[in-house]
Amino acid sequence: MQLTNRSKVVSKKEMTLVERMYLPAIFSGMLITLSHFFKRKPTIKYPEQKREFSGVYRGQHVLKRDEKGAERCTACGLCAVACPAEAITMTAAERKPGEENLYREEKYAAKYEINMLRCIFCGDCEEACPKEAIFLTDRQVNVYGQRKSFVYGKDILVEPKDNPIDLSKRQSAAVKEFKTHQEFGHNQTFDKNRKVKVGGHH
Amino acid sequence: MAFTTYFIYKAILVLAVFAITLLVATYSTYAERKIAAFLQDRVGPDRAGPFGILQPLADAVKMFMKEEMIPSVSNKWLFILGPSLAMLTACLTGVVIPWGKSLFIDGQEFSLQITDLNIGVLYLFSVVSMGVYGIMIGGWASNNKYSLLGGIRASSQMISYEVAMGLSIIALVMTTGTLSMKEIAAQQHGWHWNVLVQPLGCLIFIICAFAETNRAPFDLPECETELVGGYHTEYSSMKLGFFLFAEYINMFISSAVISTFYFGGYNMPFIGRWVHDPNMLAILGVVFLFVKISFFIFFFMWVRWTLPRFRYDQLMNLGWKILIPLSILNIVITGAVSMRVEILEFFTK
Ligand code: SF4
Ligand code: SF4
Repeated sequence: MQLTNRSKVVSKKEMTLVERMYLPAIFSGMLITLSHFFKRKPTIKYPEQKREFSGVYRGQHVLKRDEKGAERCTACGLCAVACPAEAITMTAAERKPGEENLYREEKYAAKYEINMLRCIFCGDCEEACPKEAIFLTDRQVNVYGQRKSFVYGKDILVEPKDNPIDLSKRQSAAVKEFKTHQEFGHNQTFDKNRKVKVGGHH
Repeated sequence: MAFTTYFIYKAILVLAVFAITLLVATYSTYAERKIAAFLQDRVGPDRAGPFGILQPLADAVKMFMKEEMIPSVSNKWLFILGPSLAMLTACLTGVVIPWGKSLFIDGQEFSLQITDLNIGVLYLFSVVSMGVYGIMIGGWASNNKYSLLGGIRASSQMISYEVAMGLSIIALVMTTGTLSMKEIAAQQHGWHWNVLVQPLGCLIFIICAFAETNRAPFDLPECETELVGGYHTEYSSMKLGFFLFAEYINMFISSAVISTFYFGGYNMPFIGRWVHDPNMLAILGVVFLFVKISFFIFFFMWVRWTLPRFRYDQLMNLGWKILIPLSILNIVITGAVSMRVEILEFFTK
């Protein structure tokens, strides 16, 4: 069976004298490598130069605040459940009166940690979150010398109040519209007749 | 010349040649990595200093910092002797190479060759063939199968290619009529480069030089795909550095020898028309020689990053069945051409 038309018949004919001298072949081979010597190098010298990332690149996470600056996350744990790498852990706490400007919901995550060494940047947490609280961004996770430095807590994950992370490319109008169709989410098993979510893959 | 002047001048020359040899070898490691990278569409080391020119320093520091290990089953003295010998013989060869014409200062002649042995070519050969002892002893003393195999390969490869190399040189000696390196270089003034007289001999010599320096495609003694690291498998730290460094020194010296034997040495055609001062000419000669040497070092690397390694039987076939008959043929042709008048007479009589 022929799968492609790229296959070549190998000929086992005797080599001619010129071929057996090898020198012409060596010479042409050396010309090929020399031509590469002068080619432009495609290398991107990383820390100084950065590759341009797609707007929906899946890099370091951010925990969003709402318009008033309160944390959106309600510590429901859906992201942790959705996470295939089991990278997310959290501790929930109840909001005290007077903390309404800090936490949007009555329950919030007192502790929220993502282990960046476990995370595979699949984006399932972003998709699972019912509160639009967690997103992946086009930032890259830093390099550290110690494992424990890779466990990111709320101090790194929650976006700074005065410097919100721009997610407009990721959260475009079209994406928002798409997200209303729960049947398209790959976390959900879609039942055509009921048109409701019948549970994640866990 | 007074003895003290003579002594100081020779000491300076020896030190200069030694220092330049080490410097060139150091920067050959950098050049090798850069050239390899460029031939493979990469940029190579560029972090240490601008364009990575401090990379050899970083490499040296790394080598020194590495743990020094001597395997308990090895023969300790031979184990240390191996790399030392490799380094020693590599450095010895620079002595007979004419680095340039003589300088004239205060009416005194200062030759830019450390010593003009009248058997310079033979000296070169004996020292080069000693080089294999370092590798062999290192491979043997390690008490490791791979090292031993590497050592055996090195010695049989050296022996095979030395024959062809020697035969190709015999043809050269027949045309030049001298064994002195200085004479050979001086005879090639203008366009009288030996490569034009001895193209086949030159080709054979270059191929053998590749084999003698253990460079790809003849790097079977250290063949990392089958022998881990060959003779230097068990070596670490600066002893490994010595082995690797000796290879670069050998490459530098081989390039110098190829340039001197076949490519005019310090001579450059037509330069005599513009420059008349002998001292200026001598200095320019050194520059030309180093340009030629640089080209051949580049050539060594260019070949290494183009051609795959030989199989062992192919290596032996090439050496014994092709290069040796070819170099004998070369001797016969050279003899016939130089005796052409007598031969013609013999047949026309
Ligand atoms: S991106 Fe994927 S792996 Fe990483 S935390 Fe989110 S769900 Fe887990
Ligand atoms: S980030 Fe979203 S899914 Fe995760 S606990 Fe907070 S609200 Fe729930």
